[in-house]
Amino acid sequence: MIINHPLLGPRDAAEFVYLGDANLINRPEGLGDNAEDAMYDHVYLRDNPAGIHRELWYHEQGDRSWLVVTRNTLTHEVTSVELARDVARSMGRSR
Amino acid sequence: MRYNALSILKQGLTGNKGWTPVWREPDPKPEYDIVIIGGGGHGLATAYYLSNKFGIRNIAVVEKGWIGSGNVGRNTTLIRSNYLLEGNQPFYELSMKLWEGLEQDFNYNAMVSQRGILNLYHSDSQRDAYARRGNAMHLTGSGGVLLDEAQIREKCPYLDYDNARFPIKGALWQPRGGSVRHDAVAWGFARGADMQGVDILQNCEATGFQIEDGTCKGVETSRGLIRAKKIAVCVAGSSGRVMSMAGMRLPIESHVLQAFVSEGLKPVLPGVITFGAGHFYVSQSDKGGLVFGGDIDGYNTYAQRGNLPVVEDVTEGGMALMPMIGRARLLRMWGGLMDMSMDGSPFIDRTHIDGLYFNGGWCYGGFKATPASGFCYAHLLANDAPHPVATKLRLDRFRRGAPIDEKGAGPQPNLH
Amino acid sequence: MSQQNRIDGGQIDRTATLNFQFNERWMTAHPGDTLASALLANNVRLVGRSFKYHRPRGIFSAGSEEPNALVQLRKGAALEPNTRATTIEMFDGLYATSQNHRGSLERDILAVNDLLSPFLSAGFYYKTFMWPRAFWEKLYEPIIRAAAGLGRLSGQEDPDCYDKGFLHCDVLIIGAGAAGLAAALAAGRAGLKVILADEDFRMGGRLNAETFEVDGKDSASWALAALAELSAMANVRLMRRTTVYGAFDHGVYGALERMTDHLPDSGGKPRQVLWRIYSKRAILAGGATERSMAFGNNDRPGVMLAGAVRTYVNRFGVAPGRNVAVFTNNDDGLRTADDLRAKGINVTRVIDARKGDVVVNTTGRKGLHTVFLNGDRHVEADCLAVSGGWSPNVHLTCHHRGRPTWREDIAGFVPGGELPPGMAVAGAAAGTMTLAATLSQAHETAASIAADLGYSGATGAPPKADDETFATAPFWHVKESKHRAWVDLQNDVTTKDVTQSHREGFRSVEHLKRYTTLGMATDQGKTSNMLGLAVMADASGKTIPETGTTIFRPPYTPVPLGALAGRARGKNFRPTRLTPSHTWAAENGASFVETGAWMRAEWYARPGETGWRDSVDREVLATRQSVGICDVSTLGKIDIQGRDAAEFLNKVYANAFLKLPVGKVRYGLMLREDGTVYDDGTTARLGETHFVMTTTTANAVLVFRNLEFARQCLWPDLDVHLISTTDAWAQFSVAGPNSRALMQEIVDDLDLSNEAFPFMACTDCTVFGGTPARLFRISFSGELAYEIAVPARYGDAMIRAVMSVGKAFDLAPYGTEALGVMRIEKGHVAGNELNGQTDARMIGLQGMVSRKKDFIGAALLDRPEQVREDGLQLVGLRPVVTDVILTAGAHFLSPGDPEDMTHDQGWMTSVAYSPELGHSIGLGFLKRGAARHGENLRAYSPIRGQDIMVKVCSPHHLDPEGVRQRG
Repeated sequence: MIINHPLLGPRDAAEFVYLGDANLINRPEGLGDNAEDAMYDHVYLRDNPAGIHRELWYHEQGDRSWLVVTRNTLTHEVTSVELARDVARSMGRSR
Repeated sequence: MRYNALSILKQGLTGNKGWTPVWREPDPKPEYDIVIIGGGGHGLATAYYLSNKFGIRNIAVVEKGWIGSGNVGRNTTLIRSNYLLEGNQPFYELSMKLWEGLEQDFNYNAMVSQRGILNLYHSDSQRDAYARRGNAMHLTGSGGVLLDEAQIREKCPYLDYDNARFPIKGALWQPRGGSVRHDAVAWGFARGADMQGVDILQNCEATGFQIEDGTCKGVETSRGLIRAKKIAVCVAGSSGRVMSMAGMRLPIESHVLQAFVSEGLKPVLPGVITFGAGHFYVSQSDKGGLVFGGDIDGYNTYAQRGNLPVVEDVTEGGMALMPMIGRARLLRMWGGLMDMSMDGSPFIDRTHIDGLYFNGGWCYGGFKATPASGFCYAHLLANDAPHPVATKLRLDRFRRGAPIDEKGAGPQPNLH
Repeated sequence: MSQQNRIDGGQIDRTATLNFQFNERWMTAHPGDTLASALLANNVRLVGRSFKYHRPRGIFSAGSEEPNALVQLRKGAALEPNTRATTIEMFDGLYATSQNHRGSLERDILAVNDLLSPFLSAGFYYKTFMWPRAFWEKLYEPIIRAAAGLGRLSGQEDPDCYDKGFLHCDVLIIGAGAAGLAAALAAGRAGLKVILADEDFRMGGRLNAETFEVDGKDSASWALAALAELSAMANVRLMRRTTVYGAFDHGVYGALERMTDHLPDSGGKPRQVLWRIYSKRAILAGGATERSMAFGNNDRPGVMLAGAVRTYVNRFGVAPGRNVAVFTNNDDGLRTADDLRAKGINVTRVIDARKGDVVVNTTGRKGLHTVFLNGDRHVEADCLAVSGGWSPNVHLTCHHRGRPTWREDIAGFVPGGELPPGMAVAGAAAGTMTLAATLSQAHETAASIAADLGYSGATGAPPKADDETFATAPFWHVKESKHRAWVDLQNDVTTKDVTQSHREGFRSVEHLKRYTTLGMATDQGKTSNMLGLAVMADASGKTIPETGTTIFRPPYTPVPLGALAGRARGKNFRPTRLTPSHTWAAENGASFVETGAWMRAEWYARPGETGWRDSVDREVLATRQSVGICDVSTLGKIDIQGRDAAEFLNKVYANAFLKLPVGKVRYGLMLREDGTVYDDGTTARLGETHFVMTTTTANAVLVFRNLEFARQCLWPDLDVHLISTTDAWAQFSVAGPNSRALMQEIVDDLDLSNEAFPFMACTDCTVFGGTPARLFRISFSGELAYEIAVPARYGDAMIRAVMSVGKAFDLAPYGTEALGVMRIEKGHVAGNELNGQTDARMIGLQGMVSRKKDFIGAALLDRPEQVREDGLQLVGLRPVVTDVILTAGAHFLSPGDPEDMTHDQGWMTSVAYSPELGHSIGLGFLKRGAARHGENLRAYSPIRGQDIMVKVCSPHHLDPEGVRQRG
């Protein structure tokens, strides 16, 4: 597979390490009454869709960017690649 | 029809024209006691044990393609009971015992061949982990021997001992490990279930569940609605897709595992060998092909095919371990879909929906589990209580904080 | 007589003669021959035996689809089993032997299987060999296994090396026949970066085997001219002997180039190169494969595909027979007769199924002799050229699981469904079965790709040719034949096996394949799948497309495992990392051990020491009594800087880090989000905004990855930056009561007194008069200890200088074994304890885990099974009988309990011999262990034949109060 890195251009997927669903960015707060339930859901359950999947890849043999790759799990077609930091910010994550 | 040498002789002398279908091709009935979704090894084994051991015969197995078209038809055919943890090892030992009596039980030669499995280790800490595991195997009566390098040299003189990047220091050897003719497992279970009246419905895809007031009452299929008292899902690899039709999210991701076979070769490997310093395991089929595999590709996918980096990684492991295979040729490679669970261990459980049961999450170890999975699932379906060796294979174990994590890799499915 | 079947013409070099051996018999050939053409030239007809019935087998085809003529090529370690004689390029001294027979090829005793064939029908082995149970492995299976398999491996290491390479192109053209050449000409002229790959050593495909005309030239000459034009283009790469074996995602193709297989010896050069080709587009121009028909005894040597007969006659100048009959269902058969007659070969009869004539049987024990027709007719023939039509080579179009579609007019499957993105198909592979149409289709396909990719160069005119006639009437199976008719020649699958498979319910194509082994031989059914499908369709009363098609998977033709592995074997299997003191250590008696990618010194043997225990015991005692030094550079080091660095650490560690003062080090415990311990190490605060984290050796890469995830994805606005500095610093642990005195002599102008530089202090400093360094007062051994780091380039000089200064203190270098002994004595956990199944409670560090802040792992600490009262806890173990040696991996049982999993109490994680205590010690996890100190347990280790009594104690075997390290 080839991942079109937003900064570096097309790179072989072998340079990357895969993590999983981009929803892992949405880490819930670890303290508070509902934290265990929310974290259980976050850590263990997956949509695991057959089709469009937003997912996290890490350019370990490259610039160490975490990327959000939108890829079809039925065809492996990649439709977009974004810097995960930008995605995280757009999801409202900050500090 | 009973199979034996006499039937072969008789048929051989009369042009092999008297053989009859190994299973019927019935039309679906409107209702069954139990409908099993998934005509793979586990689903057919479940039907076989329900009908042969638990006295429930009004059963249908619905299969979207041809039976055995899932992972039972595309794996590396290994059996072993060399697990570590209490949640797993007794279960796999039950499976091994069932394998050992299977052929006589279902009157079909699935070529269960216990030529042994050799897990090589390359460091002291690996040795210690294997000692812990080997002792766990003894605690369940599974046997096992810790071999040193000299003993392995005697068994497998062609491994790389003298120029290896990660020298072989020893191995955990389970003499009862081995391989089975994988397709025959599906066919044997199908035949045995069919003979008890189980309807095996091929080309019958489940397209939805009929759930009313929290109770599952039937399954919609490409061949019409089929009602049942219990619906048993058994579709590892596609669990995510099927259970999403019941609105369930699972602690599972779908990944592809590639497997490989070489051209046929005269016998050279005694049993199963696994490399402890890379991703490679191998055995030789009765037909002569080296059957080997390694790691999953590592990304979510429902496409039954993989990519080159893993192909090369696996063969690198092979060449590092046994450099004599360089001139053997890769004949065929294929990919199977794996339910990769959050701890690397499977599930055999009820769901929160009454009447809906789930069996899945087998990662890439489902084949060896086939008989025990079928037996324990049948037990659960028949008695509504888990079989004693499957009490920990529950869907709520992460909620309770009791993962069964053999590798210690944590809740990241592609690491298991 | 030598080469008695050689005839005029062909593309071989008659000016040179090559000598070769088959089954120890010397023969001659010419450059341009294959082993198959040379064997035919020398009238060798019997070349092998079939898989199951050991029937005599000859040469069936002239290409990579060959199911029959498999030989063992070369000898010794270079022995190459299952090699198709039809693709072996002749070289001088070639040595080949036949395979899969017991006794000689001519008198194979396993040919008895053929007599037993009524009892060896499809799936017979599933129905018997079950009684008595033990006999399968002891008797039946060994016999079956010994008879199975084809060629043999040498059992020796492959003597050749293999390379890997990467190529990029605008368009990859697969196949250099008429379609491939026409496409390459158009694309090349338009300026595209083109790769043209062909499996053959001579490009041109069927143009070399037929007597066509293109652009007014004979087709083989036109191919040469086209290749000359392409060779002159800088933007075109011609790759002969290169098989594109697989289509992978995103335009990536796998290709195997054979570099030296056509030479007597590789001369140390790579035998083959495995290419990964990155293409924007691809044109599959792989042609089509001819298929046979099923009739009685259609498997004899001398029964050959008609197209192959033309290839041998036209390309190789070889007569496959002197009296040739032709059996056909299409016009190709007639062309065969014409070509043969043009060469003066006697055509004894053309049997055209379209006219109702069929072959019902053949005879000739080891080679065809007589052909029997319907209507009680027969004809003498030593070769029967059979054409059952052509199947487009759709294989690569299926590698993404696209399903081919049926075309009735050519009675074949053509590419259908979704092709791999970027792939187009032209020529016979696309079902375009005639020459002129192929040339123009290929030209147009390339031109349209050029336009799509924005190339505006002229593509030139498409080559001109006439369309030959192509009239085929599907005909598969001579039903009036009473004799066995083969479908899969290699695996001995007959039409009866297919009909039996249907009878027994194995009707899906995949069931048919798996039950009968049809199409599972080394040719993967290239010549047999269609026939099997047709017979099954007939049996079930369905059409062929209703019956289905099998999916083709990579590789297109088999690929040597050595080529797939490339250089990654032996010592080069994985990269090797050496510590900065490696050279010095090697000079000083170190024995090294693999630690992940690193090689670390495990101990330093001294003269007179009789074994590793002597060395390790000495190193431990020397350290504990005076001072020792150990290279710890392999620990992961991560430089963490930024205004929010402290806050960041506070989020990734379970314990508090916000208030760590500058100049101090703190032990850090890192959890996974599920509450399990992930890693541990120390983190030093060198400045307000500057920290240095250490990780375990094993987790250095993983921790860095996770920190980057936390930084980029979880808290993207924290001002913090990370650099991995593992390789940048050489770091040494200097431990023991004299370590302060030693270090004081090494550092420049730094007061190391306990007051000025207490336990867990850190600072930037210089050593040996100005060399930059970092000093940490941390201890893994439990002794007064320091870790000193210098830039890695000074590592070698540093160890030599410190050892020199250390002479006064009897400074002892120690390795990983002594390190391990001392940490077990001290009760520090390491990899054997932190194996990913361990939480903070198990190692007694629950008090360190903050309950006041959110951090990775904070939310999943208190689930019911995590807070069980009978949870596992770290303990120390010692033997009840002092001289007993403990072993790791033993399970704990209470005395009197049965040996089963229900009564399993835990296990021994790590053991060592403590030279200070004078006995074996261990660490382990035990249910409710912290409350069970003093209890005696069984340490049960049947895998090592050990069953001993141990006493539970504190994990801190030495100095539990930590007096030494704070001293």
